[in-house]
Parts: sequence; structure tokens; C-alpha cells
Amino acid sequence: MTLSRRWLWAALLAGTLLVAVVVVTWLDAMAAVRDTPGDPPPALVALLLRPIADGPNAEVIRRGRALTVAGDCVGCHTRADGLPFAGGLGIKTPFGVIFSPNLTGDRATGIGAWTADEFARAMAHGIGRGGEHLYPAFPYTYFRTVTRGDDDAILAYLKTLPPVRYTPPANRLVFPVSLRPAIALWNAAFLPSAAVRPNRSPEWNRGAYLVDGLGHCGVCHTPKTVALSDKAGEYLRGGKLDHWLAPDLTGNPRTGLGRWSATDIVEYLRTARNARANAAGPMAEVVTYSTALMSDADLASIAAYLKTLPASPEAVAVAPDAGAMRRGAAIYVDACASCHLADGRGQPRLFPPLPGNAGLQQASSTTLLHVILAGARTGPTPARPTATTMPSFAWKLTDGEVADVSTYVRNAWGNRAAPVGGDDARAMRRALRLTDAILPRPR
Amino acid sequence: MAQRMKPVDAVIVGFGWTGAIMAQQLCDAGLSVVALERGAAQDTSTGFATTFDQDELRYMWRHKLFQNVAHSTLTIRNNPGQTALPMRHLGAFLLGTGVGGSGVHWNGQIWRALPSDFRTRSHNIERYGAASVEGLTVQDWPVSYADLEPHYNTFDLLCGTSGKAGNLGGATQPGGNPFEGPRSAEFPNPPLTYTYGPALFADAAARTGHHPFPHPAGNLSRPYTNPLGIQMGQCTYCGFCEKFGCGNYSKASPQASIIPYVLTKPNFVLRSESEVLRVERTPDGKRATGVTYVDSSGAEFFQPADIVVLAAYQLHNVHLMLLSGIGPPYDPATGKGLVGKNYCYQTMANIEVFFDDKLINPFIGAGSHASVIDDYNGDNFDHSRLGFIGGAYIAALVTGGRPIEMTRTPPGVPAWGLDWKRAAAKYYRRSFNLSVHGSSYAQRGNGLDLDPTYRDQFGRPMLRMTFDFSPNDVKMSNYCADRAIEIAHAMGVSAVKPKRLKTPFDIVPYQTTHTIGGTMMGATPADSVCNRYSQSWDVSNLFVTGAGLFPQNFGYNPTATVAALAYLSAEAIKTRYLKAPGALVTA
Repeated sequence: MTLSRRWLWAALLAGTLLVAVVVVTWLDAMAAVRDTPGDPPPALVALLLRPIADGPNAEVIRRGRALTVAGDCVGCHTRADGLPFAGGLGIKTPFGVIFSPNLTGDRATGIGAWTADEFARAMAHGIGRGGEHLYPAFPYTYFRTVTRGDDDAILAYLKTLPPVRYTPPANRLVFPVSLRPAIALWNAAFLPSAAVRPNRSPEWNRGAYLVDGLGHCGVCHTPKTVALSDKAGEYLRGGKLDHWLAPDLTGNPRTGLGRWSATDIVEYLRTARNARANAAGPMAEVVTYSTALMSDADLASIAAYLKTLPASPEAVAVAPDAGAMRRGAAIYVDACASCHLADGRGQPRLFPPLPGNAGLQQASSTTLLHVILAGARTGPTPARPTATTMPSFAWKLTDGEVADVSTYVRNAWGNRAAPVGGDDARAMRRALRLTDAILPRPR
Repeated sequence: MAQRMKPVDAVIVGFGWTGAIMAQQLCDAGLSVVALERGAAQDTSTGFATTFDQDELRYMWRHKLFQNVAHSTLTIRNNPGQTALPMRHLGAFLLGTGVGGSGVHWNGQIWRALPSDFRTRSHNIERYGAASVEGLTVQDWPVSYADLEPHYNTFDLLCGTSGKAGNLGGATQPGGNPFEGPRSAEFPNPPLTYTYGPALFADAAARTGHHPFPHPAGNLSRPYTNPLGIQMGQCTYCGFCEKFGCGNYSKASPQASIIPYVLTKPNFVLRSESEVLRVERTPDGKRATGVTYVDSSGAEFFQPADIVVLAAYQLHNVHLMLLSGIGPPYDPATGKGLVGKNYCYQTMANIEVFFDDKLINPFIGAGSHASVIDDYNGDNFDHSRLGFIGGAYIAALVTGGRPIEMTRTPPGVPAWGLDWKRAAAKYYRRSFNLSVHGSSYAQRGNGLDLDPTYRDQFGRPMLRMTFDFSPNDVKMSNYCADRAIEIAHAMGVSAVKPKRLKTPFDIVPYQTTHTIGGTMMGATPADSVCNRYSQSWDVSNLFVTGAGLFPQNFGYNPTATVAALAYLSAEAIKTRYLKAPGALVTA
């Protein structure tokens, strides 16, 4: 199963073409909750935690490993049932499938023969070893801020990975996206120049470096233009991808991290859950393979940095329909209260509390609808190995009921967010290919 | 023919409660471990999520979580004079299958046996004379309550058991079970809250001079994180525990309590849909070399291992021992041999109680949601003139109100038709059940061996069960049922419908899945299959977990004792066996 998290590159086409044939092979979202108890592949997390023996280059390799973890490189460069870092994950995009390359030390099919200069050029400019343009599915738009020393350390670490002889399948892309030189046009238009950072505390600067560099948080959390470049002035205010909404990370008290303490943020990134929320969807994977394995200092830096982001503007309140609230409350008692409890307080760190929950109150109901219809799974982490799961309700709630209960949880207990319509639920159900999941009901 | 797999330090056969406990213990000690589970992988979200878990037809009546007898069954008879026939539909006991085993669909009843239960033979002879055990093949355990106490405690912490201690370090505690052995710690979580039924029983039992207390429950009274970092939720009293998985992470089970941790271990591999055919041994038969298994495609594999742990269900462990030719097989006709000896069960009676003037609402329930008295269990009461030994706990166990299984009608109501419908509708909310959960003591004519006629899907002889209740157990059960009926009347019932123990043993009505014995532990190789560390006397690198180790069954549900024995075994392997592989007890 694949989970598209890197389709920024699709901006290429959006920026150079007016019309494209959209070949959508959307991920079956149910895959996210169909994981077997065997996952996460223990080998993967174990590899990332394996002690690195002392030696002349050990410090560099250890640093490289920490940076590789911070970049969540395994997230894209490991396919289901494949060996770690061997690539071959099919990243599904509106324009076809792109397969991630092999990052192991194999000289023929991996990066064993790459020089440090070649690697640094790829990280900063998206240029491959043979001078070809890489698709911005590889987020060099973010990695360009990574220092040369860190690039070298990452390469040093990757070269220590057990070499795997494996060539990923050829990309399956529609014309003209299939022509790599076209990427140069997109780069010219959208590749950001290196940001000038105010000189603040070393911790803050470290956080900014991680968030905007290897962490490439904005790929998901910053809204995109039609060309799929970052929207100016909406940095980390929440972006849609793959039928999820990566939420607002600014200081907004309702939709963002305004009510979260730095400690809350660190706990979330370390364990995939805290007293306010559980990591689900693509973020669950990011925590399991990346942030849960990062150092305390780096997580604290990220938290310190995020806590300084100015709040996004308050959304205009729209009063929900009283009938929808009444129906939604009844559905809530039947379908939700067994875990989230009648008063919505949930069982923190297990089943998230709903009053004040930022994820529920995003401007868009995308994630809420996705979770209700397809279910969701909290990422397992070394500190909290339970991957608690919310089941799919697609088969037992109609679109109207999904909409009503969504409206209810977005507006009960002091929450406030735009009501959700049956059309929104229907559209999400179609997108997730769950239209056949509903059970017929006796009238 | 069989494909040879990479050798590992330990192979575990079966991945339910004890398989997971052994895997966790051995992996934490640094051993490479492979677990082979014949059934499919399943977890909370894929197997029994809250949205579809409460489905009586699918899980209870269509056996979603149970062994498919078309693939695997056993033959059964009541005595050696009969010809055993294959059980073609599950009934009296409901064997689990798949990852988590029967730990998925249990009620979560977490009992410790009484200190005297571990000395069944000596204790009764000392108090009542040799005649008290005549006709029974009861034995003492090679372990004491004190030996197991720390391991019971470990299991309580793993499960987050909800309850109230009655004996802390020897000091009796108000509100708990005054008869229990001393606990080193209070329960990790407070008891579940009584609904009306258990409250009525507790009140009536106290008024009649008994000592009611809340049932120790693996259904959690509040959210809990266990020592492995695993989180569990608060029970919602949905009433679907026994025969069902738990979608709320609130019933202790391998999936909810331990497997997520084991799966994070890099030195652990789980292979589901892998059924072990036999244990392989060196030519002299003294060491196990590994196990042969088939996967669901029929391909055969050999998994070499330094340690083999049989952690399948009790009946399957006995079957594998017999098929592998390990230990002298028991012959119930002659009483000779050991593997398959002292097969026992649990002696059950049920007293249904009905009220015209009280709404019980039994659909608010949980697997261990009960008030209990232990006054008639084990040797908590004087047996001098009673003509039997052993006993039962009596529990107002309101596990739920599953409509097909739990629609009760008072005596005198026809079994069908308008009068039945009226009574069923009226009493669905006005009735519940008192469970009389009794000991089962071994007698010579009972046992497990290989069937001479019937073969399983792999061409192996089926396991044959020869079983009937001993006269001792029949007397015991009727005596305890009478006591339950007395308390029922003290509750102010409008009617009582006793469902006493039926003899001979019948496989059709569900009774309990507590099948025990057959690989019993003991003090010497002359009287047992395993030593006190669950180690085979015959094959020193073979360990056998589960209720097969019990020499006979006490009046409690076996799971906590099964788990405690597994922890005791794992501790001995880690602290002694790994340093000096070989027999841990010198015969």
C-alpha cells in the first residue's frame, strides 16, 4: 500500500500546462486501517535504532542517521514488504505513479557510487547523478536549506546501509510530465530562494532548520497554489493532500497549536499522542518512522519554533442548523460515545478528547470526514506501542448522518467550525471509494 | 522435503496468551524467537472493531473466532467402553483460533487459585483422611501459591485487573475475598461498578452470612497503561466479552495487553497460518531439534530451534506431545502412562433467577461483571460430612444480554409459542444467572489419547477425549447449586430455574472452555509430564505451557494461573536454563 505524501512535484504540470489528463489512481484509503498486526515492520524501526559501532567515522555516521530520521527518508524510500531504504514505493499522483529510488549502498542500483558533491547537488537543486532533473516528489525544495555538512553526513550514513540490489520499476507518468526537462521550468518559477532567518535563540534556529529543511513539514502543512507551490503568506496554516487535511500549525487557539504547550508538542511527536490529540493518517507514519526516533533536543527545538508562529486568522463563525445538531447528538451517543464518552472527553492518549480538539475545528472538514468514513490508526511508537484504531463507519452511517455527526462534534462542547453538508460526506465517500460500503437499511 | 528455515533460539507453537508472554520474556532476554500460529493474524481494528463487534450471530453462533471443526477436531466418548466419535460441531467448549487464541474471546475472569488448591491430595488427606480422595487421581502441584504469587501479580499488572484485594500480605481487607491467598499488592484498578443484579446478590449473600466481593476483572474499570507501555481503555459494559473480541481495548487480551509490544521486538517473528505437525527430536529422542509445520498453501517447513515451547491450547499441546511420541501415552482403560492423564474440565451449574418487580437490565454487562462468594470454593468450608471434596464459587455474573443466547423464561413456560414469546419479552430485562463454577477432580477412566480410527486433515490420528464427571464432582456441584438457590430466594426472586450439572458429560450445550490436564506438572517423572518449570521430563529443551500443566482443576477460571506458570517458566529459562541448558529439576 502506498500513501502519497509527496506530490508537490505535480506542480510541474500545473505550472506549465492548462489542461492535463488526470490519471487518478487514488489510494484506497482503507489501506490505512487494514494494516496487519505485523506492522510496523520491526526491521525498519530496529534498523533505525541499531547501535552504530565506534570507529573513525562513527560520529559523522551517527549524525547522518539522526538527520536521515529527521527527514523521514524511509517513509518514501521503502516499499511495502520491501527492504528498508531499497525504494520502489509507488507514489500515486494525479499524473501517474512515480517510484522512489534505492538509497542503499549498492553501487549499481543504489547510491553506493554517488560522490558527496553529487548528493549535495541533488539535495539542493534536484539534479540527479547523471545531470537529470528529479521530480519534486523528492522535496529538494525544502532540502536545499540543509547544510553541506549535514548532506555529507546523511550520505555517509546511507552508504553504511546493507546494500540491496534492486531497481525500482520505471515511473508511469502521463505526457508531458514524463519529460524530465520540463521540471526546469517549474524550478524557475517556484523554487524558493533560501529563506533569511532572523537570528534568534540557537534552539529556535535549530527548530526552524528542521521544520523547513529535512522535516519538510510544509509539503503537507502549507496550503498550495494551483501550481502546487506554497501559497504566499499562509505558511503552515494547513494544507490538503490525499483526502487529508494536514492541520494548521500556527498559534491559532482553535485550529492551530495555540492551546498546546511545547511539552504537548514534544509528547505528540515522541509518542504519536498527547492529552489533546492522536496522530492519525499520514502523520501517524511520520511519527512512527521519524519524529518518535528523534533526539529530545531536536523535538524541543521544533516545539520552540512552532510555538512562535503567529496565529492564522479566525474563521468566520457560521451557526449550525439546530436540526443537524440534534440529529448529530443522537448519532454521537450511538456511534461515538463508547470510546469518546458521552461528554466528549474521551480517554486521553487512547481515544482523543473532542472538546477543544483542533483537528475537528479546521476550516475544512476533510480529515474529520476521512476518519469517520475510513477509520484511522494511531502510530505505534517505542514509548506507546499500541496502535489504537478508530474503525470505519462508512458501512453503517449514511452521508447525511456522517454530515450531521460531523457538524455536531465541530460545534458541541464550545467547539466552533463550519457545518458539514451531506454533499461533503458524499464527495469524500466517493473519493475514498467507499460508495459500496454502506449497508442497505430496512425502511 | 520440508524447507529448512533459519535456526532460532526459540520457537513458540501457538500465539495466544502464553505464546505472547513467552515471546515477550524471551525476546527481552535477547533470544531470537519465532512464533508459529496456525490461525490467521487478527487485531482489534481488523478483527473486532467496535462498529461490528457486537454481533451475536456472527461471533457466537457462526463461530467467527473459533476453531473450524471441519479442519480440526477431536473424538469424544464418556468412558473407555465406548467408541469415540468426532465432534462435528462446537458445543460444550469453544476453542479459539488465530493470533491471540482463546484469549481474544474470553470473559476476562482473572482468578488466583487458593493456597490449598496447590495441595489437593495432601491437604484433603490431612484434613479428611485418605478416604476423601479415594477413586480420584488427584495430585499435589509441584509449585505453591507463594511460588506463583509474584507471577500472578505480573499478570495482574499486564492486564490491569480491576478488583478489590481481600488479603494483603496476610491482613484481611474489607470488601475483598477473605478466603484468597495473600496478595503482595492491591489490584491495579478498582472494581467494576455493580449494576442491579450483582448488587442484589451481594446484598442477599451478606444478609445470609456470606462474604460477597467484586469479581476480579480483566474488563477495565478505568483507562490504564501497563508496564509494557500498552494502553487500555475503560470498559463500556457493552455486554459482548465472552465469545467476542473487544473493540474498545478495554478487555485484557493478547491483542490489547501484550502483542503490540512483542511486535516491536526486532528479534521476534510471527508466522501466522502456520500449523505445527510435530516436534522433531535427535535420534536418541532426548533433545528437540525444532518443529515441522505447514503453511496455509500446504508447503512444509522445518524450523530449527534450541528451545521449543508448546503454547497451543491445552488439547492441542497434548495432541502434539502424543503425535511427537514424547512421554509415555496414557491409557484410560489401564491407568498406565502419563501424557493425557488427569484430563479434567470445570464442573458448572447455573441458577437462573427471575423477578416480577425488578428491572435488572442485563444488557449492561461485562465478562467479569459480578458479585461473587467464595464461601463454598476449594476447602473454604468444612467437607467432613459432605462426601465430596472441592467446591465452587457462586457468582451473580451479568456478562450481557445477548438476545439469542440470553433470553430466559421461568419454569413452566413452554419452549415455543405465544406463551413463550410473552414470557421471553417480560423476563428479558427481569432475569439473570448465578454461575456455580466448580472444581473438576481427576479420575482414572478419563483421559486423552490418540484415536485409533479417525484422522485429521494432515492424516494424523485425531486426539481422543474420554471424559465424564466423577461422582465426587456431581455431589460437589449439586451441593453448591443448593447454596446458590438459597441465596437466590433471599434476593426475593419470583422464580428460580436451576440448571444443574448434567451427566453424563454432553458436548452439545455450552458449559465452559476450561479443558485442562494431560501434560501435568509434578514432582517426579514417575507421576507427571513436566516439572515445576513446565519443562518436559523427557526432552529438556521442550517447555509446555497452558492448562495442560494442571494436575486437576480448581474451582476458578484457569487463565491467570496459566499465565503465572508461563512467567515462572520464563524466569527459570532466563535465569538458569540459558546458563546451563539441561534439566532444571534433577529427577
